[in-house]
Amino acid sequence: MATVSPAAERPEPGALPRAALLVGAAILVLAVASFVGARYGLLLAIGLGFGIVLEGFRFGFAGPWRRLIRERDPAATVAQLVSIGLVALAAFPLLATHGQELIGAHAPVGFAMIGGAFVFGACMQIVMGCGSGTLVNAGSGNAVSLLALPFFAIGSFFGADHLLWWTSLGTAPTVALSGTTGLIVTLAGLAAVSAFLWWRAAPEQRVIPRRLWLAAICLAALAIANLVVAGQPWGVVYGLGLWAAKGATALGADLSASSFWGTEANMERVGASLLTDVTSLTNLGIVAGAALVAAWRAGLGAGIPQLPARAWVATVIAGFLLGYSSRLAFGCNVGAFFSGISTGSLHGWVWFAAAFGGAFYGIKLRPILGLEPRT
Amino acid sequence: MKTRLIVVSIALVGLATMTLADLAASGAPDIYGQPPIIALGSGQASGGAHCAALPQ
Repeated sequence: MATVSPAAERPEPGALPRAALLVGAAILVLAVASFVGARYGLLLAIGLGFGIVLEGFRFGFAGPWRRLIRERDPAATVAQLVSIGLVALAAFPLLATHGQELIGAHAPVGFAMIGGAFVFGACMQIVMGCGSGTLVNAGSGNAVSLLALPFFAIGSFFGADHLLWWTSLGTAPTVALSGTTGLIVTLAGLAAVSAFLWWRAAPEQRVIPRRLWLAAICLAALAIANLVVAGQPWGVVYGLGLWAAKGATALGADLSASSFWGTEANMERVGASLLTDVTSLTNLGIVAGAALVAAWRAGLGAGIPQLPARAWVATVIAGFLLGYSSRLAFGCNVGAFFSGISTGSLHGWVWFAAAFGGAFYGIKLRPILGLEPRT
Repeated sequence: MKTRLIVVSIALVGLATMTLADLAASGAPDIYGQPPIIALGSGQASGGAHCAALPQ
């Protein structure tokens, strides 16, 4: 059974410590912009924004799905769909008019993709953290997420390494909606799912708090900025796998024979600074942004949960599976669900359905694995 | 008492160490050889380092 030590009583930081936090973040961004490149500084700032929005508004993916399933509370899940719709409103015309400079999160549907999304959905409920959530939680002091994070990266590395074998089991051609018709179909799909969730909701839960509206709008603005600046949609797991690939290389591994890491483009990225990799920068920014908010709130005095050994073992395994499965699924809740749907990829919709199915089992497994009390 | 401050400190120090070690191994990026600040309107193709992309 999980027990949490009582939170230490701490006063909120004064104006000076808070100003120091902002100055520190600005110095980081300026340093990267000055010594690496202006685009990379801007991407780090966007990543900081993601972290600040997700932690500041307490907006996520795993928690809202859990509340939807257990309490028939659709508010935060509908807010996710609203945010995706807002991004689609900008992304579809941008991709249609600037297809040479911008790419969508387009990937094929296949057996491994569906299975990967299902496993990811289960594991993100076990550790209560998805792709972005694990980064945010690690940055705000969650010990379970901090432990899961390196294994997430290692899993992502191996999942990418084995990706072509898995896709060879059966993969359909990539289907991506585009243009005005594609946008209308996407918005209609999001509206239909939202209406269904609203209809199935408990009557007292049929309200979306202002906090979630603001979070949805801010997240959409940052995701659009990510697309415009980086030329590609918001993603998480490529960067994590790259970190592990760099670690493997540093330990003497030769990745040239890998069907994924051995390609020219990936070998080049493994050899280049991670400060020039889009998803690495936004991932680092998410952790730092979440830490900034946690320090701003003086929310770091709470105790670390006392969990049984099997819970920590489960965290390691689930962390690895989060990384591995998200590569087979062509993304996590961010790269596949959020960015896939908002840029027209069919695999984003299939990911949503499969991961949501997996979430049911993940919720059932959490108490069995000692990550929450049995009821 | 062990608090969340310890967890955050480990996360930030760990990531900073990884970044600096990587920077030392890969060498300083060529600041003058970097892409334009914004991809939109740059005329350059995206790098494609995204989790939805198949290896090319």
